[in-house]
Amino acid sequence: MIPTVEQVRAMTSLLVEREELLAVAKFLKTDPQLQFDFCSCVTAVDYLKQDCIEVVYHLYSVALKHGPIALKVRAPRALDQCRVPSLTPVWRGCEFQEREAFDLYGVKFDGHPDLRRILMWDEFVDHPMRKDYVPPSAMEAKK
Amino acid sequence: MSTIETQMLEVSLGPQHPSTHGVFRMDVVLDGEYVVKLKPVMGYLHRNHEQIGEKMTWLGSMPYTDRLDYFCSMTNNWAYALSVEKMAGIKVPERAEYIRVIMAELTRLLNHACAVGFLLSDCGAWFTPVLYALRERERILDFFETVSGARMMCNYMRFGGVRVDLDEQSLAMARAIVARWPAFLDEFEKLMTENEVLLARTQRVGILPRELAINASVSGPVARASGVAYDIRKVDKYGVYDRFDFRVPVGETGDTFDRFMIRILEMRESVKILHQALRDIPSGPCIAPESKLRGFKVPAGDGYGRIESPKGELGFYLVSEGGAKPYRYHVRPPSFVNLTILEDMCLGHKVADAIIILGSIDIVLGEVDR
Repeated sequence: MIPTVEQVRAMTSLLVEREELLAVAKFLKTDPQLQFDFCSCVTAVDYLKQDCIEVVYHLYSVALKHGPIALKVRAPRALDQCRVPSLTPVWRGCEFQEREAFDLYGVKFDGHPDLRRILMWDEFVDHPMRKDYVPPSAMEAKK
Repeated sequence: MSTIETQMLEVSLGPQHPSTHGVFRMDVVLDGEYVVKLKPVMGYLHRNHEQIGEKMTWLGSMPYTDRLDYFCSMTNNWAYALSVEKMAGIKVPERAEYIRVIMAELTRLLNHACAVGFLLSDCGAWFTPVLYALRERERILDFFETVSGARMMCNYMRFGGVRVDLDEQSLAMARAIVARWPAFLDEFEKLMTENEVLLARTQRVGILPRELAINASVSGPVARASGVAYDIRKVDKYGVYDRFDFRVPVGETGDTFDRFMIRILEMRESVKILHQALRDIPSGPCIAPESKLRGFKVPAGDGYGRIESPKGELGFYLVSEGGAKPYRYHVRPPSFVNLTILEDMCLGHKVADAIIILGSIDIVLGEVDR
């Protein structure tokens, strides 16, 4: 399938299907005219109204000194279906940033070598950056 | 002959140890003195900065960015302002661009001076080098205080410019700091760069190969020490950086010594930029007239802005729905991403070297944990 291409203020965004993410990423990295060898920023956005979580990768090319291009992929918000393929095997720099997205948004990255919480402690159960997150202060008010 | 039974030793380095530069922990597995496994543990300073950012107005987050990398509030302000300006299409007046360059390069001077000072502290040169660095840093902090009213939490930049203009007196103050800096560097280098202990402790220690540095998204002085000639000031040419004549120093081996040396060389280049900026600064307004403090809104869409902060690539990913608050506010902190390859650099080295390698990455936990 052809990915959705969007141009917002000189930044190109590619919205791809989950199944094609890994292949697109490898192509962007290895194609001699593109050579996006530097994955700068990885993060997730919770779109509550569209019922999806979007993972965004910002890519640059150190070799050809161009970029950025945003690579986007969407997953359903339900915790058991919220999974996308990990790009850590392609760009090592995704490792900690994908862990952060998992920690704060609950996105599971298939193929990630070490998917654990990174900023919150291990016993923490919720994902605090989700838009419907209820902070513990609301629990305290119940007492 | 019976062999003596040995076993691996698990040590938790930190979080309350001066050599971890804040509340950072390394879970290390040791074979004798050698590191066979190292897992960074962070989050002790986590305050969900990004969620706070999503509940504040666009401008309301500006003082919070000071607290990310609390050594370099000026560059944090600039990165955030730059990203928002990009999305809102605000043009920054020329004088403000020059003031921003002056502030950012002074920040680079103080950050790099402290980074090498603390690195030498980690090597065992207790306090003398770092106090030399802090002595010089004080002058810059005094300057920041004169201009912005605060030493470290400057909250100085606004969308479309800077909060207060530099008068002739404060410009003279900045010129005096810059004029003095090369003498400090010469003195510092005379004391340190050819010091035998420093060479023995840092050369061929913690080598980061060029390919791994790129692949692991390492940026800033750490990447350049590994031979990656990539400086966002040169590549993106944000602000007015294309007008200045400066070079990008690049290391050869990517060891800890290169990471030490690259910071000294970058300070010399920053002094060059500062001389030019303080000479050429034009007159005019210091903030764009269309910039609003109240009721400021950003058109819907998303945007990514980044600058070369002293520690590496500092980026902001922002999503706007057209309202008074950002829908998504994400910080891409350089020291957090640079920690990805800490284990690779430390494997096979002694535990004492792991401390130096961590020191040479130059992390600030306010930014790592957010």
